[in-house]
Formats: sequence, structure tokens, C-alpha cells
Amino acid sequence: MGLNIVVCVKPIPDPEKYNEITIDPVNKTIVREGIPTIINPIDKHAIEEALKIKEQYGGKVILMSMAPPNAKETIQEGLAMGADEAYLLSDKKFAGADTLATSYVLAQGIKKIGGADLVLTGTESGDGATAQVSSQLGEWLDLPHLWGVIECNIKNPDDIYIKTKIENGYMEWAGRLPMVMAVSREINKPRYTTIMGVMKAKKKPFTILTFADLELDENYVGLAGSPTQPGEIFTPEIGRKGELVKGSKEELVQFIIEKLRANGINVEKFTLGCEGGQN
Amino acid sequence: MNKDIWVYIEHAEGKIANVSLELLGEAIRIKNNMQKPGQVVAVIIGSDVRGLAPKVLEYGAQEVYIAEDPRLKLYHPEYYGVILEQLIKENDPHIFLMGATYLGSQLAPMVAAKVKTGVAAHCIELKLDDQDNLIAVVPAFGGKVLGDILCPKHRPQMATIKPGILNKPDKTEASGEIVDIDLNFLDKLKPVLKPLSLCREEPKGVPLEEAEIVVCGGWGVGDKEHWQLLEKIAERLGGAVACTRPPIDEGWAPGEHMMIGTSGKSVRPKIYLGFGISGATHHICGMKDAGLIISLNKDEQAEIFKVSDFGLVGDVKEVLPLLEEAFRLK
Repeated sequence: MGLNIVVCVKPIPDPEKYNEITIDPVNKTIVREGIPTIINPIDKHAIEEALKIKEQYGGKVILMSMAPPNAKETIQEGLAMGADEAYLLSDKKFAGADTLATSYVLAQGIKKIGGADLVLTGTESGDGATAQVSSQLGEWLDLPHLWGVIECNIKNPDDIYIKTKIENGYMEWAGRLPMVMAVSREINKPRYTTIMGVMKAKKKPFTILTFADLELDENYVGLAGSPTQPGEIFTPEIGRKGELVKGSKEELVQFIIEKLRANGINVEKFTLGCEGGQN
Repeated sequence: MNKDIWVYIEHAEGKIANVSLELLGEAIRIKNNMQKPGQVVAVIIGSDVRGLAPKVLEYGAQEVYIAEDPRLKLYHPEYYGVILEQLIKENDPHIFLMGATYLGSQLAPMVAAKVKTGVAAHCIELKLDDQDNLIAVVPAFGGKVLGDILCPKHRPQMATIKPGILNKPDKTEASGEIVDIDLNFLDKLKPVLKPLSLCREEPKGVPLEEAEIVVCGGWGVGDKEHWQLLEKIAERLGGAVACTRPPIDEGWAPGEHMMIGTSGKSVRPKIYLGFGISGATHHICGMKDAGLIISLNKDEQAEIFKVSDFGLVGDVKEVLPLLEEAFRLK
């Protein structure tokens, strides 16, 4: 049947290195020097799902991202996984966008390339983690959308079985294309990129679209088009005394048990093992 | 322009979700701090939900909107979203709070997009400025940075908060009214999605959010065998097992419902025991408010020690078996 699948991806600072992030005390800006930019890890699950659907039904996997121009290299990672082409929506006017303004530009980008049968995203990004872009993208595109998708089985475009996560369980849905889905990590295991994939990625179509290329209402774009505005930023005070306790394993166990008792946890009896005497 | 504070009431199997009661308590706290306070208003959507209203009033709501219809039995974004959109447009509330649950994570941004307003997601604190406007504190970069989010020109100012961040509220004298929402317009909607079923898998043991003791394991636990020791220890202590990301990826821990952190749960147990946890920011964000934090790690420099009361330097693989033995019932 051949499906046009758009996967929205976000380049973010590597979440493994967030311990290194600091705030510049003078400018009150976030300092992330030396932390590499990668594709938001959950977005790779969205790419993987798109590739699997394409393998089954044919079609095209198109990456779309709203980011600064230097994001090209990061997005190419997704092409190396096997996506067919990429669009980078990039313009100074997009800066300072909250989720509503970001999803608006992404929606207009998708409309610009003729729409999509299926739009996939990750549930949330590692940096801001608002988990809102996917649902708002669905609203701007006027398409049904689901969040937290852990299984998606497209029997045909009018008959899709979808499973979403809920607290301690799941929900099952019947849907039909076109729609927007935010996938969770559990949905699949993203494939690794190969050297061949990386080589091929460099030759795949990569288009940058600016404000002028898209049909945009300025009132909904960038900082000015964002209902939410950032205020002060600060580092949380979460430090504790971190008193180091060293000793044998027996002493450590003893320590834990004493602390439990001191805090009212009823440890009735415990044994630390027995030593044999001499024969 | 009113200063009303709305709370979306989630429920399951005829019970109000804890997070919704926590939010009611927060709404009352905010109202009491306002220069010109509005009303605390609750919204309940579902089928057969009228019975929940008295309890919502007991927890301090001054008005309860009820949208009751068989079509609303299971969560259905295409109905729920439009109901909230209509209700907001008719009443123009000042603030609207929802749980940062699976449902809230979709419904809040959806409604915000429909009425073109902003949502501060996964807030850890709500404050007011001198105009009674909301200042929402949200974590970024896995909790390493906190930022104020303002929504100065759009209404309602929406915010979501995870379960377990706020305190449980006290009951008050119930005094308020119940208002039925006219749902005739539902007939005109033609939803695409069809919710087929909702299945709950009740986890064994004490729910993580309610446990007084949380026994948490990370990468350093090392293998499935030691993971099972951790589970036994938690069980003996009447606590709950929790984990960071790696034990799920490795298949030791059964699933994300037991993960603590920014993309998992936030907990505030009396005692947190951490084994083999390095202390990545995302995890710390979810456990830093525990009463007593004891963690064990081989590495004296482990980040987790900086947020612990006691940092035990030792080998998890040696200590766990001994600890399990110590608690073994004779």
C-alpha cells in the first residue's frame, strides 16, 4: 500500500551526561559544553517502528526536526538507521518556541511535504521532557493521536490495533490512518547503524526549510507564539551529608539493620551467619 | 475574569486517583494564598461517576462538574478533549491542574492546543506572583536544572504534577454544588479511535508510591540472581522494589512501573535503600525527597552518595546475600 511515514526527531544533549550540566551564575544560562548532541533516545524507537512498518507495507520514512542548522549531523544518524530523507525546519524566528509553537511548525512542515499517513514521535525528550509535542502535533494536524504506544499493528489503513500504557496496565484501541502516535521504549529495540548505513546517509535527500518556505502565521511561531515563557532557572538543592560508611560486609549489613530499627522498621530478629568452632 | 482553580479528577474502578486528591489539596493551598481567591472546581468525566462527587466535595472542591455518559466509560481523547475544551471556553478558569499520569500526559497538552494555552509539565512546585498568576517550577535535563514556567497571557494556566509529589490533603466539611454538563454535542462528534479495553495488571506486593521502604537496585546489582535477593529483602521489610533504567533493559526487573526517575515514578518513602546505583540525575529527581537515604556502591565517588544520608562503600554482590540471609524468616 505504500505509506508516507513522518518521524519527528529532536537533537538533544546526551542524557547520560546531564550530571555535567551547570548554570552560568552571571548570564543565568545553561552551560552544556562538552556534552555531545544526539538524537533523543526514545525517538530512535519511533524511527525503528517506522522502518518496520515500511518493511511490511512499503513507502517512505521521512525524518522531520525543528532545530538549529547545525543539527544536520545529528539527524543524519536517523538516516543511517535507514530513514529515506530528512527535513530540518530551521529559522531564527523559531527560537524560544514552547511545545505549542514547536508542534505548530512541525505540523506546517508536514503539510508542506504533502501530509503523512502516519506521524510517529517518541513520548518525550530527554532534555525538556514535557511529553507534549506529539499530542499537540495531532491537534494542529487535526488528526487522532495516542501517547505511550507500546504496540502498533497495522492490518490495513482502516484497521489498526494499538496498545498504550497506563498506570499498572494497558489500553487497547482500534484506529485508522492517518494518525499521530507517540511511542514508548517498550515498543521495539532500535537497530544499530552500520558503516554502510552511515555512508548511504550522506547521499540521502536532506532539505532545510525556513520560515519563508512554510505557510506560517507569525503569531504562533517562536517565543512570541509560545503561551509559556521561561522564568528563572536554578540548580536544585538536593545535597545531603553523604557520610561515608566503610567496613566489612557484615558491618555494612549491621549498619543497615540498625538504621532500619532506629527509623521504626520492625526488624524482629536477624542473623549474621554462624562460625564453626574447632573440631 | 475569575480566579477559579480547576482540578481534573482521574478515577479507576470507582475510586478517585490519589494524584487527583493531592491536586485538590494543592488547589486549596493556592486559593488560600491568592489576593483575590476564586473557587476550587473539580471536573469528573466518565460513566457512572456521580458517586465520586461527594468525596471530591469532602476534599474541598466548591463545585464539581460531572460529564457522565456511557460513551465516556473508557478514556477517549476525542470525547474527553472536546468536553474540556467546551467547558473551559464557557467558564474561562484561571488555573487548571491535572495529574502527570498516562492519561494526563495526553489530555493536558491536547486541551491546551485546543484552547491555545500553555502547560507546565511535571511540575514539582507551584507558586503565585503578586497578580495571583501561576509560577510553575519544572525540572529539565533530568532534574539537574529547575526552571520557572510562566503563562502570563493565556488562560487557563495549565500544569501537570506527578503522583506522589504533593502531600495527601485532609478532608474538610463538604459544601459545594454538583453541576451536570450538557453532553448533547457529543452526538455530533465522529471519533476515529475506539477504545477496546482497559486492562490492569495489579503488581505484586506494596505499590511503589505508597511504600514506606523502597529497596532500589541499579546496574551494580549485576545479575538476575542478585536481583531476586533484592526482591526478597523488599518483601521481608514490607517494602517495594524499585529500579533505575538498566535492570529493566537487562531483563532483571519486570517493567517500567517500578522505575524511579524523571521518566518513571517519584517517591517519598520513609526509607530508601539503594544498591548499585550510580546516581544519574534522572533517578535522583525521583527519590531525593525520601526521608532517609542509604545507598551502597563500590565507588566512593558515586554521585548517589552526594544525595544520600549514608553512603556505604561496598560490593553489592557481597552485601545483598548477607542482608537477605539476615532477614530470612527462621
